[in-house]
Amino acid sequence: MSMIVSSIGQGILWSILGIALYLTFRILDFPDMTVEGSFPLGAASAVTLISHGVNPFLATLIAFLIGSLAGLATGLLYTKGKIPVLLAGILVMTACLSINLRIMGSANISLLNQKTIFTNTFLSHLPKYFDMVVLGLLIVSVITLILVWFLQTEIGQAFIATGDNVTMAQSFGIQTDRMTIMGLMLSNGLIGLGGAIIAQSNGYADINMGIGTIVIALASIIIGEVVFGNLTLNERLIAVIMGSIFYRLVLLGVLQLGFSTNDLNLISSIILATAMILPQLRKYFKLESMMKKGGSNS
Amino acid sequence: MTNAVISLKNINVVVGGHTKIIDDLNLDIYQGDFISILGTNGAGKSTLFNTIAGNLAPQSGQILHNGQDITQHNAVQRTKMIARVFQDPKMGTAPRMTVSENLLLAEKRGEHRALRSRGLNKEKLVEYAAITAKMGNNLDQRLQTPTGSLSGGQRQALSFLMATRVKPELLLLDEHTAALDPKTSDQLMAATNQQILDNQLTALMITHNLEDALRYGNRLLILNAGKIVLDVNGSKKQALTEDQLLTYFTF
Repeated sequence: MSMIVSSIGQGILWSILGIALYLTFRILDFPDMTVEGSFPLGAASAVTLISHGVNPFLATLIAFLIGSLAGLATGLLYTKGKIPVLLAGILVMTACLSINLRIMGSANISLLNQKTIFTNTFLSHLPKYFDMVVLGLLIVSVITLILVWFLQTEIGQAFIATGDNVTMAQSFGIQTDRMTIMGLMLSNGLIGLGGAIIAQSNGYADINMGIGTIVIALASIIIGEVVFGNLTLNERLIAVIMGSIFYRLVLLGVLQLGFSTNDLNLISSIILATAMILPQLRKYFKLESMMKKGGSNS
Repeated sequence: MTNAVISLKNINVVVGGHTKIIDDLNLDIYQGDFISILGTNGAGKSTLFNTIAGNLAPQSGQILHNGQDITQHNAVQRTKMIARVFQDPKMGTAPRMTVSENLLLAEKRGEHRALRSRGLNKEKLVEYAAITAKMGNNLDQRLQTPTGSLSGGQRQALSFLMATRVKPELLLLDEHTAALDPKTSDQLMAATNQQILDNQLTALMITHNLEDALRYGNRLLILNAGKIVLDVNGSKKQALTEDQLLTYFTF
């Protein structure tokens, strides 16, 4: 039971990444590799600040700002430097590896005996792992509500239009480069925030914790879409959160089969690939059942 | 010095270092002009539009707006006064946004977009139902539909409505009916003409349809090798025939 609660809690915390990546992957319509750099960047910043005695909530917010700087770098390389977005993201991601080492001073910092956002008398009275679920739900709800509001503002609509049809957006006077940079900053800011929160939940920051994060974030988006189908934009954000929880439960099931945590990245990729292939399989099987019908009629 | 809305003065556009697409072109567009532009492929029609809209910088020459030099203004700045409808139905609308969301977006053409609620209320929807109904292709029934699932004709009608939602000082129609079937094309052309007359719009329309060029608008231009080879208006334009037009097309 506690493992299921733990998985749900992990799913909720990691859904911040799914929601953040949704802004670039689905709305702006490109894969942003910066994620694998901004995630440990947020974690490194927050954990280092906390270990220097900074208030954990303040440290978490600073992680958002620092994450958004990584997004700014990718955005400038892409829009002003005309570097293809995939490469721009990889450049910033790689640069972050060194920056994170500089920030942390070592490859790993523990938060043992430090105050984190999870250090709270109310949370500590909850059963094991429920602190993740409760605080996670609170944070994810606030982020989702802010995004729902933001996407319905004039700027939010201009942002959506930029990802939808850049020519049209420009012909109506939308500064599409600014919208792209803003989206990347917002997205990577949230990913930095997610990194900070997850590091505090784990109790440490590690230089390698970014590896595979883009696949996990994508998996929550894709699983949400495969499970829930056609939805409005606001519903899609909820679907990403659900997708992230489903992903953790599937992962738990697979680990129960006897795989080790060393296999996690392989399993993540297989889960994502399966979720992405599923619509094709459905189409294929529908086609086959139609052919059968055609055959029996003749 | 001139009462033209937009004036092009000695415009030269060179592409790839030596190919001259627009050759020392002069054009005054007056308030209320509805100008059809004809010309073979490669005559420079689209380049002319891109130059006016600011997507392409001329090598030399000036573009004036009410006498003021706007040659250095970029495309986004020019959207304050210039609106455009593209040939490709996919180009003019945001496919995942609904018809009403697209119209709402168009209301802020060239203006500052703020961090405040977009304000898509009931009154707006009633207004949108009224303006889309005028296009006569059931667009008013599909206000909540993402534009990606509209027909090409509906999308082009929507693109036109979006371009004219805020009255532009100059409307650029880039073969906006060319991708449609003949019946839909005729219907959109008639609706376009009606709206241009009703709202006293100033418009430039590229077309390959000689009949449309003769029937609609008060003025007709023929472009050839980057130069204007025919510019007629009023009764002179009305007296033109398709056969006469064809003599200007040199191959």
